[in-house]
Amino acid sequence: MAATASLGVPMPGAAGHAPAGGSRKVLPGFNLTLGYTMLYLSLIVLIPLSALVFKSFTLGWPAFWAAISSPRVVASYRLTFGASFIAALVNAVFGLLVAWVLVRYRFPGKKIVDALVDLPFALPTAVAGISLTALLAGNGWIGQYLEPLGIKLAFNPNGVVIALIFIGLPFVVRTVQPVLEDNELELEEAAMCLGATRWQTFTKVIFPAIAPALLTGFAMAFARAIGEYGSVIFIAGNVPMVSEITPLVIIGKLEQYDYAGATAVAVVMLALSFTLLLVINALQAWQRQRSGAQ
Amino acid sequence: MSDLSTRRVLTTEAPWVRATLIGIALAFIALFLVLPLAAVFTEALRKGLDAYIAALKEPEAGSAIRLTLVTAAIAVPLNLIFGVAAAWAIAKYEFRGKAFLTTLIDLPFSVSPVVAGLIYVLMFGSQGWLGPWLAAHDMKIIFAVPGIVLATVFVTFPFIARELIPLMQAQGNDEEQAAIVLGANGWQTFWRVTLPNIKWGLIYGVILCNARAMGEFGAVSVVSGHIRGQTNTMPLHVEILYNEYQSVAAFAVASLLALLALVTLVIKSVVEWRHEREMKAVAELPPERPQILKEAL
Repeated sequence: MAATASLGVPMPGAAGHAPAGGSRKVLPGFNLTLGYTMLYLSLIVLIPLSALVFKSFTLGWPAFWAAISSPRVVASYRLTFGASFIAALVNAVFGLLVAWVLVRYRFPGKKIVDALVDLPFALPTAVAGISLTALLAGNGWIGQYLEPLGIKLAFNPNGVVIALIFIGLPFVVRTVQPVLEDNELELEEAAMCLGATRWQTFTKVIFPAIAPALLTGFAMAFARAIGEYGSVIFIAGNVPMVSEITPLVIIGKLEQYDYAGATAVAVVMLALSFTLLLVINALQAWQRQRSGAQ
Repeated sequence: MSDLSTRRVLTTEAPWVRATLIGIALAFIALFLVLPLAAVFTEALRKGLDAYIAALKEPEAGSAIRLTLVTAAIAVPLNLIFGVAAAWAIAKYEFRGKAFLTTLIDLPFSVSPVVAGLIYVLMFGSQGWLGPWLAAHDMKIIFAVPGIVLATVFVTFPFIARELIPLMQAQGNDEEQAAIVLGANGWQTFWRVTLPNIKWGLIYGVILCNARAMGEFGAVSVVSGHIRGQTNTMPLHVEILYNEYQSVAAFAVASLLALLALVTLVIKSVVEWRHEREMKAVAELPPERPQILKEAL
């Protein structure tokens, strides 16, 4: 309720239908803005992306299949998926924790921590890559203490996971945070009054309310991690079959002028990102429905 | 408001739980965010301030900085105009396929940067669709500055539109319609009514768009060709120096990009706080509108 009033305007959904019929007659600029949007979208995004898809059609199925199923490429899928999944999972757990602490508790430096959460959005990936490598390499700040213990975090798949955790962190925090802020304390009070413990209240009342947002954040972090390149290549070591991510396979093929092979692998990645985008959209719709129903 | 204190007691955790959770969260942030940031500056200054400044004075570093600035100066305004146009069309009108259009606008976010670079190579490269034509007319896009700008435009494509669409949807059309009824034309309405309303969202989008435009690595790396002094942006220059084991020089250039990130975060936070304060001020005003809302509720 409070959220609706503070906006000072009717809900967007309400603004949509009734006044829209009238507004189209009154507000100018529909043709200009939609036309420009479509033109720019086509030139920058749609035509180049369809060039990729058409190019892959010219390969023929056997060549296409051979390119996307060679052992080295399959090994790269396994690493990219596995590392992205683990990183997104770590981000879901710690992102929820960070969001919870930022919304529910007071502590010194809270505003700085809140601002710092967006660092991975703002810091160029190459900078993150060399910096994480400097920390975790055998002679690095952290690496020098872990290496004697037999723990290697750089130049192997562990490094890939760590870089992807860094990249994906803000997604979970920033999707869960607003939902936690809107969560009504009355429900929690009711649960406590009815005799629930704090942990029961969390698992039965709070968690179901934030679950759609948490899943959305997880999917976003996962989608971002799948395509990530800059931060990973410095720390991964890039050994074929072991620590070579799929985007690097595409670059490798391009450098050998194997445009057909690069295109085929890129189409697989594109199809995957489009699927993930639709999944994220569906999750967000679910989340809106949830918060609207409350 | 008086029951706020009792609420606190009911719906919070035991002090030791609170302290533990805060401790774990802060440790995680320190380990994954603060430490890498600190490492950039420490490594850059490892051999003293003189070596740091000398590294930044290298002519190749200078040309990389210039190219990065030029790229952002072209890409950000292009996406700004698009963002405003797209948000106006999507937020102010109802039309078929609107949800699909919004999804398409988001598409560049989920495409891998490497794939983003590749699509322009397939369009404009020597083997590409327009490659022979470009070669015949002595024009170069791939392995040249136009390709870098295009790739940057692609990866930063949704930033400003994404900020503006929900903001303009939440604001509705009422104020614009009032302006039109009072005799303003479309442009006047946009400049005098809409723009002041969306200015914080606009600044926010531009700041994030700019940070990504200056820092993009993967997409630019594919189309650049890494020609020193010509097609090297700052992130690409960092990579080259790093791979040549010129660690101090690499981290010196990287430290400039890290500073850019910090400035971005500061501006972003300031914009958020100011926006919040304005929202609060608007909410506390007693105009006619809340009355209508109350009745509706």
